[in-house]
Amino acid sequence: MSLPTPSTIIRGRTWVWPDDVNTDIIIPFRFKARTNDPVEMAKYAMYGFDPEFYKKVKPGDLFVAGRNFGGGSSREQAPVAIKYSGVAAVVAESFARIFYRNSFAIGLPALEVPGITKQVKQFDEISINLQDWSVTTKDGKVYHALKVPEFLRGLMREGGLVEYYKKHKSFPWEGLQATAS
Amino acid sequence: MSQAILNDNSLTFAEKVISVKSDGGKKVHHTGEIAVIPADMAMAQDSTGPLAIKVFREMGVQKVWDPKKIHLVIDHSFPAPDEKVANLHILIREFVKQQGVRLVEGSISHQHLLENHVVPGMVLFGADSHTCQAGAIGAFATGIGSSEMAAVWASGKLWVRVPESIKINLTGQLKKGVFARDIITHFIGMVGEDGGNYKSLEWKGPAVKNLSIASRACISNNSMECGCKLSIFEVDPVTQVYFKTANRKAMFEIHAGPKAQYKEEYDIDLGTLEPQVWGPGNESKVRSASEFGDDHLDEVFIGSSTNGRYEDLQVVGKILKGHKIKAGTRCIITPASRNVFERAITDGLAETFLQSGAVFTNATCGACVGTHLGVLGENETCLSTSPRNYVGRMGASTAKIFLSSPATAAASALEGHIVDPGRYL
Repeated sequence: MSLPTPSTIIRGRTWVWPDDVNTDIIIPFRFKARTNDPVEMAKYAMYGFDPEFYKKVKPGDLFVAGRNFGGGSSREQAPVAIKYSGVAAVVAESFARIFYRNSFAIGLPALEVPGITKQVKQFDEISINLQDWSVTTKDGKVYHALKVPEFLRGLMREGGLVEYYKKHKSFPWEGLQATAS
Repeated sequence: MSQAILNDNSLTFAEKVISVKSDGGKKVHHTGEIAVIPADMAMAQDSTGPLAIKVFREMGVQKVWDPKKIHLVIDHSFPAPDEKVANLHILIREFVKQQGVRLVEGSISHQHLLENHVVPGMVLFGADSHTCQAGAIGAFATGIGSSEMAAVWASGKLWVRVPESIKINLTGQLKKGVFARDIITHFIGMVGEDGGNYKSLEWKGPAVKNLSIASRACISNNSMECGCKLSIFEVDPVTQVYFKTANRKAMFEIHAGPKAQYKEEYDIDLGTLEPQVWGPGNESKVRSASEFGDDHLDEVFIGSSTNGRYEDLQVVGKILKGHKIKAGTRCIITPASRNVFERAITDGLAETFLQSGAVFTNATCGACVGTHLGVLGENETCLSTSPRNYVGRMGASTAKIFLSSPATAAASALEGHIVDPGRYL
């Protein structure tokens, strides 16, 4: 099963999560180490908070989370489980380093917006703009995410490394000149 | 130009490595800049490797960039505890055969690379968060995910952002019963779980010379629990002796400049530290072992990439010798590598463990990852030397996990509850 690449504007209802949601909450080791199938991984998305989450989430839902989302393990199965559960993007106050890299690598939009958890409630409808990298809340206020280098935004828009490589036969950072981030 | 960068007084360790490695060392890359650097080594293990193999094949790449530089390590669940894991192990072995890359089964990746392959100045990308352990010998070592690992396998390169650096100045001498693990647990307690996120930790100060490579590896490994990208001990005489004794050639030394800019600086007087315990769970504060009451421990786990080294098992042997594990508490000891396992058997430590009533297992990540060799059941309580006390990490979501040094764990196994190990040493 392959999912559509993210569109430029994503609208959806939000699931709001606290600070320090680690990768073992997102998908425990004992499940992720026993499959290589993203659809199977999705059955354990957010298992540490709610083993039935995958039955409750709707395609196109969004995550809004506190600080340090995705801390801990390097497991790419964490963003993969979230993506294949139907969640279209994650907005967080901050991300743990490896989770953030993995999100770009697999094409799960991840936007860092300090203060966002104070502006959004559970099941609010919000929208995310992948062109100008911003979030618009229910009351129409626009919040810009922290700046991300263009090669990463391009990678995100093309759906991650597999899709990018298949199309270009190269990686988006090849030939990159040193730039301030 | 490279030599000028290495001699520059104003650059951090991370700035120097990235500048020297990127574009053949033509220019300086300062904190915050993005650069592309070649990998000297790439490692994936049995819970990240299968996904990397799948992605590599989906990309349509035929051959890896350099088979000799690629290591696959079956360590997290070794030997396979069930059929599903066994089938993923088969996938790894088939890929190894097809691509001619290196394979190790039954040693923890970080310890295996430290003992045999990783050298100072090397760039190591590992599909495992605790890859930063190799900072202990002055390597640029950091964790990535499976798709980026597939990209490294394909091209031998990856983008990095030059991280901000944090300097930790260690002074004083550890008291009896206090070890490297207590230093890093104390530090994480101080800065919090994201206190080192995206950053490079540089461990400095006069007390560093008293820390063995095993102790440094414990600190660099466990630094991941504050989110760091790198955790560095620069090459010093301790490192040089380590490589000389092992009859291995060191690569090259990189030293941060004395006028380098640090985002934060901390001082820790080791003489003030007590044996530290973190738990239950990661939301709890770090406390001294002596502050705990007599709550019963169902399990004590001594092992993992953080604390399953020979030095750790020696201390555990000293504490357990001539004593019995408390009835009602199970104590599981799991070495970090085959080398540590064999040494413990030939020098009598294994006998001490068995006579005390402990279980002594093969080398693997073991109980740390909640998949075999000591899984926790509903509402059980465990004291562990492994890196993480997350909910559900070692089994049931209702299980409580506390973390400590091997000494505190061993003494607590004898008493059946958390104690300060001082009186056993």
